[in-house]
Amino acid sequence: MHSMDKSIIVIGAGTAGMEAAGQLAKEGFNVTLVEKEQDTGGHVKSWFHLFPDRRDSKEVLAYLNTQICRENITLLTGTTVNNLEKKHDSFVMNTSDGNELKADAVVVTTGFDLFRSERKEEYGYGIYDNVITSADLETMFRKGEVKRANGEIPEKIGIVHCVGSRDEKSGNLYCSKLCCVTAVKQAIELKEMIPAAKIFCFYMDIRMGGALYEEMYREAQENYEINFIRGKVSEISEDINNKLIAKVEDTLVGRPLKIGLDMMVLMAGMEMSETGRKIALSSGLKTGDNRFFSPADHHFGSNKSNLSGVFYAGTCTAPMNITDTISHARAVVSDVIDYLKGKSN
Amino acid sequence: MQFDPFTIPFDIGLYFILIYAVVRCVRWFMDLSRPDKLRLQRGFFGRAFGQSIREIFMESLIHRKILKSNPRLGYMHMSLAFGWFLLILFGTIEADIFGESHLNAPYKAIFFKFFNPEHGSTGFEAFFAFLMDLILAFILSGLFLAVLKRFSSKVVGMKKTTRLKPLDKIALTSLWLIFPSRLLAESFTSGTYGTGSFLTGSLGSWLASFLPAEQLAYPFWWLYSLALGVFFILLPLTRYMHIPTELFLIFARNSGIRTGDQTGSYSEIQTYSCSSCGICIDACQLNFSAGITNIQSAYLLKGIRNNDNVNDIAQNCLLCGRCDKKCPVGIELTPIRMIRRRIGETEKEKTTVLKRYLPDRKNIVPVKSNDKQVYNFLPAVESEKTDILFFAGCMTHLNPAIKNSMIKILNASGVKYKFLDEKGGVCCGRPLMLSGQDKEARELINYNSKLIWKSGAHTLVTSCPICYKVFKESYYLDVEVLHHTQFIKMLIEDGSLKLNFLRKRVVYHSPCELGRGSGVYDEPKDVLKHVARLEKTDFEDDNSLCCGGSLANMKLSFRQKSKIAHDAAAELTKGNPDILATACPLCKKTFSSATETHVADISEIVAEAISLVQIKRNSGKKYFSIKESADIL
Amino acid sequence: MVDFGFSLLKARQINYDHNDRSIAGYIYEREPSFRLCIECGGCSATCTTGNFTRFSLREINILIKRGENEEVRHEIRKCMLCGKCTLVCPRGVNTRNVITLAKEAFQKRGINAI
Repeated sequence: MHSMDKSIIVIGAGTAGMEAAGQLAKEGFNVTLVEKEQDTGGHVKSWFHLFPDRRDSKEVLAYLNTQICRENITLLTGTTVNNLEKKHDSFVMNTSDGNELKADAVVVTTGFDLFRSERKEEYGYGIYDNVITSADLETMFRKGEVKRANGEIPEKIGIVHCVGSRDEKSGNLYCSKLCCVTAVKQAIELKEMIPAAKIFCFYMDIRMGGALYEEMYREAQENYEINFIRGKVSEISEDINNKLIAKVEDTLVGRPLKIGLDMMVLMAGMEMSETGRKIALSSGLKTGDNRFFSPADHHFGSNKSNLSGVFYAGTCTAPMNITDTISHARAVVSDVIDYLKGKSN
Repeated sequence: MQFDPFTIPFDIGLYFILIYAVVRCVRWFMDLSRPDKLRLQRGFFGRAFGQSIREIFMESLIHRKILKSNPRLGYMHMSLAFGWFLLILFGTIEADIFGESHLNAPYKAIFFKFFNPEHGSTGFEAFFAFLMDLILAFILSGLFLAVLKRFSSKVVGMKKTTRLKPLDKIALTSLWLIFPSRLLAESFTSGTYGTGSFLTGSLGSWLASFLPAEQLAYPFWWLYSLALGVFFILLPLTRYMHIPTELFLIFARNSGIRTGDQTGSYSEIQTYSCSSCGICIDACQLNFSAGITNIQSAYLLKGIRNNDNVNDIAQNCLLCGRCDKKCPVGIELTPIRMIRRRIGETEKEKTTVLKRYLPDRKNIVPVKSNDKQVYNFLPAVESEKTDILFFAGCMTHLNPAIKNSMIKILNASGVKYKFLDEKGGVCCGRPLMLSGQDKEARELINYNSKLIWKSGAHTLVTSCPICYKVFKESYYLDVEVLHHTQFIKMLIEDGSLKLNFLRKRVVYHSPCELGRGSGVYDEPKDVLKHVARLEKTDFEDDNSLCCGGSLANMKLSFRQKSKIAHDAAAELTKGNPDILATACPLCKKTFSSATETHVADISEIVAEAISLVQIKRNSGKKYFSIKESADIL
Repeated sequence: MVDFGFSLLKARQINYDHNDRSIAGYIYEREPSFRLCIECGGCSATCTTGNFTRFSLREINILIKRGENEEVRHEIRKCMLCGKCTLVCPRGVNTRNVITLAKEAFQKRGINAI
C-alpha cells in the first residue's frame, strides 16, 4: 500500500481531530481536516488552565498546531459537513460551501457540546446574573478577573457538580467524568485569585478517577480550604439584595441547608455534539442511549464504527479528558492503516 | 286470535325486561338523596322533559356525538339503535293498519310477516313492505360493521375495542342473531308466498328456488323469537343494560343531578349507562402514547359493575379529562374515578346470578382515617394586609423564570400586592385530593384559607392551574381567584399593562387543570394574541393534550411520562413555532425536556413584551433590578 | 450486672439481620424506581414540608431500606404530596408513589402511620 495515494478526511479540528490528522499525515496519508469554526482547537481554546497539573491550555494548543503543520494536511475551516455517504469503496461528503469531498477513509472527531445549563431552570442560569457555568468561569480566568455582574468581587462562591450529567431529568444518565476534577481545579484557582473567598462544592459523589486527581482533591482541602458539602442543589433563588440562595440537603448531617452566595458556578456536563448528531442521522452511524457515537466494540474496537472505513476518536464517543483524547486519536491511526491495507490487498 | 307457540320466548323476554326496567328505575329513584329526588320530579314534569326527550332521540337513537367524533362507529351505533326503533315503530303501525285488529299485542307487530304471509303484494301494502325491508337493510348494514369490528376494530376507525365476558358473548351472539334470523325467516315466508319487497322478496324467491322454503321458515321464526328472548333476559347482566339505563340517566342529568363526591344512585346509573363504545380508550394518551390499555374509563366502569377491586385502575390515570369530554353518553368519568380513589382498595365480592340482577344498594364509605391532625407542625398564621395576593405555588418555585416574570408584570402594572409564598408556602392541597386524601387536604386548605383571609385581599392570583382549581372549587374564600393569565388580561384591558407586539409565532398548550378542569380556555389565548402571533394546533380547547406530567398519576414511571410528553410536544410543534406557550409550571417543566422548541409560560412572553416606557414609569420598585431594564435596552 | 456497653450500642446500631425489611420489599415490588435512589438529598432540599419541620424523604428512603420502620412511620404522614421532589430527582425515582406505598404497607400490616 502506498499511503501517498490514500486520502483521509478528519471531521472536526479539536484535540482529537488535530492529533489524529497530524499522526495520519506523519504516516504519509493525504489528510483533509474540516472544521466548522474559523479557528482550530475546539473547546481547549476557551479553557484557561488544565487539570491535573494546571498547565496553560495554550501549550496544548501550540502542540496541536505544530501537529497539523504538515504539507499533506489540507485544512478547511469555517466548513460544515452536511452528510456522509459511502459510495463503493470511498466516501463522499457535501460541505456547507457547496463542495464535494472524497476520501478512502473518514475519521469522525466531532467532539462534544457543553450541556446548555439554562435547561436546568431551577438553577437559574440565564435568569440570575451571578449564576455562571464552568465555561464562563474559564473565560473570566482568561481575562484575569472574576467579578459579579455588578462589578463586585465575589466572596462566597458555590460550585454545583453534575449539572446535566447523571440526571434523568436532563436526559443524560451518564457521568461526564471531568466535572468533578474541573470543579476542584476551578475552586483552587478561584481561591488563588480571591484569597478571601469562601468556596463550597456541592456534590452527589466525587469521582476522581484520573491520574493525580485525588491528590488535587486533597490539596484543595489541605491548602485551599475548599468546603465540600454532600447534597444535590435542588434550586437557586435570588433575594432582594441580589444574593443567591441555594437550597440543598446536607445529606451527611441529614438536615436541609440554605446558603447565601455571591456567585454560583454550574459544572456543565458533556453531550454529543449537534454536528455529530447530524452526521449520525445522514450516515447511519450508530449512536447509543447516551446519544454519543457507539464504538463497534468497547474493548478492541473503541475507534471503529458500524461502517467499515469510518472511525472515531475522542469525545464523540464518550466524555474523555485531553490525555485520553490524544491517546484515542493516536490509536485511530493503527485502525485506519489496517483498514486501508486490507482494502488494497 | 292469531297465536303460535314460537312467540313465547319473545313474550317472556319482553315482559321480563319491561318489569325489570321498572323495578330497577324505582330502586334507583328510591336511592337518590332527597334533594335529588325533588330535582328529578321537577325535571320530569318540567321543562327538562322536552330537553330529555330531544336528547334521547339525538344521542340514544341517532348517536350524534359518536357520529361527530367517529362517523363509521356512529353509523354502526345509529343503524342498530335508530334502525331497531324504526322497525318497532313502523312494525307496530303496519300491524295496526293491516293486522287482525287495532292495538295488537307486541308479538304481532314483531312477527307480522308470519301471521300475515300474503301481505305486501299491492299498492300501499307494498310500500310498507318496502319500508320495512329498507329499515332491515339499514340495521343489517350496521350489524355487518359491528361483526367486522369484533374481528378488526380498524374497520370502524377505532384502535382498541373493549374486552368481553362470557355472558356478554352469549348476549352479543343473540343480538347478532336477531336480525339475520328475522331476515331469513321473513325471506323464507316471502319465498313461499311470493311476497316481500326488494330484500326479503328477492332473497326469498332465490332461496325458494333451491330450498324447501315452506319447511325452513318455521324454524327461523323460532330462532328469531329465541334470540330476542335470550337477549332480553340476559340484558341486565351485560353491557347492553346501558340501553334502558341511559334513558334514566338522561332524565336525571337534565334535572340537574350531578355525581358529587360519594358513591350513590347517580354514579351507579352512570356506571350502567356505559355502552363500552371505546371512545374513551381512543382518547386516552396512556393508551396511544404509553401503551397502557387496561385502565381506561370503560374498564373502570366495567370493574365497578363487576364489584372488582378497581383501585389500581382508578389510580393509574392522568385525570386529564379528555375521555370525560368525549364520552358520548356524558358520563362524569373524572368524578367517578375520584370517588374510587377516595374509597381505595376494596375486597372482591362473590356474587350470585340473582344478586347480579338486583345488586345490593350500597354506599361504600371510605375507610375512616386516623383523626389525628397531620400537619400540626405548621407555624401560626401571620399575614400582612394587602389588596392583591400572589401565590406562585410549589411548582412555580422550580421555574424561576415564571416567578420573576410575574414579579416584573406585577411591578410594571403598579398594583399593590403581596407575594404570599415568596419564601415557599404550604401546598394548596390539590395533590392530596387527587390521591383521594380529602381529610389531609382539608387541613392544608384551612391553613391557607386563614392566611388569605387575614391578608384582607380581594383578589388572589396564582400561577399554577393546580392551585387555581382547588382555590376556586374547594376553598371557601371571599376573594376573587384568578389564574395569572386572567389577571394579565385584566391588566391589559384596563390599561395598566402596556405591551409591545413580539414578532414570534406561538402555539398554546392548554393545561388540563386550567382548560378542561376549570373551563379557562380563552383568556390565555387572548393574552397571547395580544403579544404574539398565535397559531392553531390540532389539539385545541377540549381536545388539548396532557403534557404527561400530571400530579394525578403516581403509578406511571418517569419514562412513560416522558414518552407521553415527547409525543404531545411533537404534535404541538408540528408547525415549527418559535415558542410552545403554556400556562402551567408543571406543563412547562415537563415539555422543556421533551422538545427542542423553546417552551415558555405566558407570563414570560408577556414580561418580555412589557414596553420600556412602562418600566421607566414604575422603576425603583422592589425587585426591580438594573438587569431587567438592560435586557430591554 | 447490667451490660452497659451493649444496651448503649443497641440503640445506635442498625441490626440489619434482625430488622424487618419487608416494607422495602413491598415498595420495590410495586415501584422499582425506589431502588434507584443515590441519596443525593435533592428531594429533601426542595421539600415543602421540610421547610417547616424535620422531614427528609431521603432519610425515610434509606431507613425503610434498612428496616428502621419505627422512625419512618412517625414521619411519613407529614408529606403533602406536592411533587417537587419528583421533579428534582436526578434518578427519576417516583417519590410520591414511594411515600404512598410505604403508607399503604404500614396500613396493611395494621400499623397505622402516625
